[in-house]
Amino acid sequence: MHIDLTWIDYSILALYTAFVVGIGFALKKYMKSSSDFLTSGRSIPAWVTGLAFISANLGALELVGMAASGAKYGIATAHFYWVGAIPAMVFLAVFMMPFYYGSKARSVPEYLKLRFDERVRALNSVSFAVMTVFASGISMNALAKLLNQLLGWDYHMALWICSGIVLVYVLKGGLTSAIYTEVLQFFMIVLGFAPVVYLGLKDAGGWSGVKQQLTNVASNPAAVNLVDDAAKKFEPNAWTSAWQPLIGGPSANPMGVDIFAMVFGLGFVLSFGYWCTNFLVVQRAMAAKNMSAARRTPLIAAVPKMVFPVLVILPGMIAVALTAIPDKGYRLPQSQIVEAKYPAAIAALKESAAQNADLKETIKSVSSAAGVGFNTAKVEALVKDPALASLSDDALKPRLQDAVVNDYDGVILSLVKRYCPPGLLGLALTALLASFMSGMAGNVTAFNTVWTYDLYQAYIAPHKSDEHYAWMGRAVTVVGILLSIGAAYFASMWTNAMDIIQLVFGFVNAPLFATFLLGMFWARTTATGAFVGLLLGTATSALFHAMTIAVGNVPGVKGGYIAQVATFPSDMAQNFWLAAFAFTVCFVLTAGISLTTARTKTDDELKGLVYSLTPRLKDEETSWYLKPAVVGIILLAVCVLMNIIFW
Amino acid sequence: MGLDIRYPIGLMFSIIGALMAVYGLVAKADPAQYHQPAGTNINLVWGIFLLIFGGWMLMMAIKAKKQNK
Repeated sequence: MHIDLTWIDYSILALYTAFVVGIGFALKKYMKSSSDFLTSGRSIPAWVTGLAFISANLGALELVGMAASGAKYGIATAHFYWVGAIPAMVFLAVFMMPFYYGSKARSVPEYLKLRFDERVRALNSVSFAVMTVFASGISMNALAKLLNQLLGWDYHMALWICSGIVLVYVLKGGLTSAIYTEVLQFFMIVLGFAPVVYLGLKDAGGWSGVKQQLTNVASNPAAVNLVDDAAKKFEPNAWTSAWQPLIGGPSANPMGVDIFAMVFGLGFVLSFGYWCTNFLVVQRAMAAKNMSAARRTPLIAAVPKMVFPVLVILPGMIAVALTAIPDKGYRLPQSQIVEAKYPAAIAALKESAAQNADLKETIKSVSSAAGVGFNTAKVEALVKDPALASLSDDALKPRLQDAVVNDYDGVILSLVKRYCPPGLLGLALTALLASFMSGMAGNVTAFNTVWTYDLYQAYIAPHKSDEHYAWMGRAVTVVGILLSIGAAYFASMWTNAMDIIQLVFGFVNAPLFATFLLGMFWARTTATGAFVGLLLGTATSALFHAMTIAVGNVPGVKGGYIAQVATFPSDMAQNFWLAAFAFTVCFVLTAGISLTTARTKTDDELKGLVYSLTPRLKDEETSWYLKPAVVGIILLAVCVLMNIIFW
Repeated sequence: MGLDIRYPIGLMFSIIGALMAVYGLVAKADPAQYHQPAGTNINLVWGIFLLIFGGWMLMMAIKAKKQNK
């Protein structure tokens, strides 16, 4: 099952490792003060921060999660880009960056302290720190799992060694090292992955071939275990059209979402919450050498972001298309039933069938005997087969294995396995490694800055020497990586990493954008309003999660453990609605409480922090076509065009 | 910051590109052992592309250094 690497693959892996570690060592001599280590001393050109901005976001979320979603949901996954990311990135560049960069805050929580007070900062920095650790842990878990499945490397060893490499270069060169390696990783990911997508596309008969196959799949998705209901049919364009299936409502698209949840929940709340307030990405722009470079950072990042669906979503669609072509000999990856567990699983299946047991109970008993999850439609077909009792174990084994649920997170590696000869294999693997490392380094550098400046210096040990904080920045880098490893073990309990990340973002980010929106654009917003609004907004997230559930999920970690007030057609829909609720609660409460409480900051104190009280920024660019607003409008126009093309 | 990131990027991709291209050329001699997906000697083609990309990065870095002097 495992692939054996040859000397050329190891050489490419080793070269990459040597270069990222080398960059860390080359930068070591520039790391003098705590600000050199934690904020890069604001010295980096825009194209570098721009590519790092996008690369820090290229963790498990992108390569593994987006390919998984591409297979499960088709081209509608691109909404994460063309509805979500791009408009939010343009908004950040044009409207919000002047306040982040101009306020001289060293972090997003510190901006909140300047704009509101310590309470808001404390709340945000604690929740952000927890979130970065989780995001980084999820990413590393996916990586270790992948290396384990593909190469047979030990899960624990893979996890610790990869984290160790990140630790070395971040420890040596701080944020600058993370940003520089992120640029290298950006090119590695794109150049390592593009040939795999190209070969897959060629194999599946080009874009028109993929479209043709996905049309067939839509009429019988249960055949490839894409849905649990054998009778479920979608319109032919369910996987190949971005908007039309959404108009038909949650039951007409595989994502199970409606258009409001998509546009408001994802497009507005989650995306703006992530791109505009998440210090992980904003930190890259804040490290830029001047205001104009800081504002250009998200705009430069938006260009590759716009075409990334080709690199990250298309592979998932190719995988489904290949599965639908019988003579390709490809199947969406599944967990494998261990040979020793077959007898118990087959016995459980036959016993349930003989007793005419309830289908849910049957799946439960077979799953626990086999150690993997099963597709309802396929098990139903097995149980209803009149010949079942007389079938031999050997005849049943392949049918039972075929009924195992798809392991969507394995889509990427199954394509790498299929198409890469030695050489390209090394390159593609290195690209995967690079994406996980950039995600982890991004989270760790954001974590150590927030810890050192917003928690340690602010509350635990103020008025210490700068050497002390520089030391603390390094020490907490080690702690952050250890916590991430802990989170990785925790995350290994889930099946779809993407849904968890969305859940965590939903809890923390959704209400947050309301706080920033009101804080930056309405001078009347008070600290008490912001604090209570944010606190209750986050509480709403948790409560909403505890009281709603998605179809097919068991109450517990997936929600619904207090009550089941509402049932959503999918995890995705539950997440989007959660975000919409939390945002609305935070917005209304912040605005309402602000009107009834007294302002604590004068207009003068809010200069540079609030839109209406800050003098208009004079663009530094001489040519009109370089102005952030103009570039932003062009990007949005191209984005609209993309949505129309794939309508 | 004193490091132009285009140097390491250019250098790394030049080396990897050369390695892949040579490997593709040598491995091609034994087609029975060498898997060529979709009928493409992808190592050779992509290796050459990476070499060009790496060289271009290095050129840009050297040009920028000259201008700064």
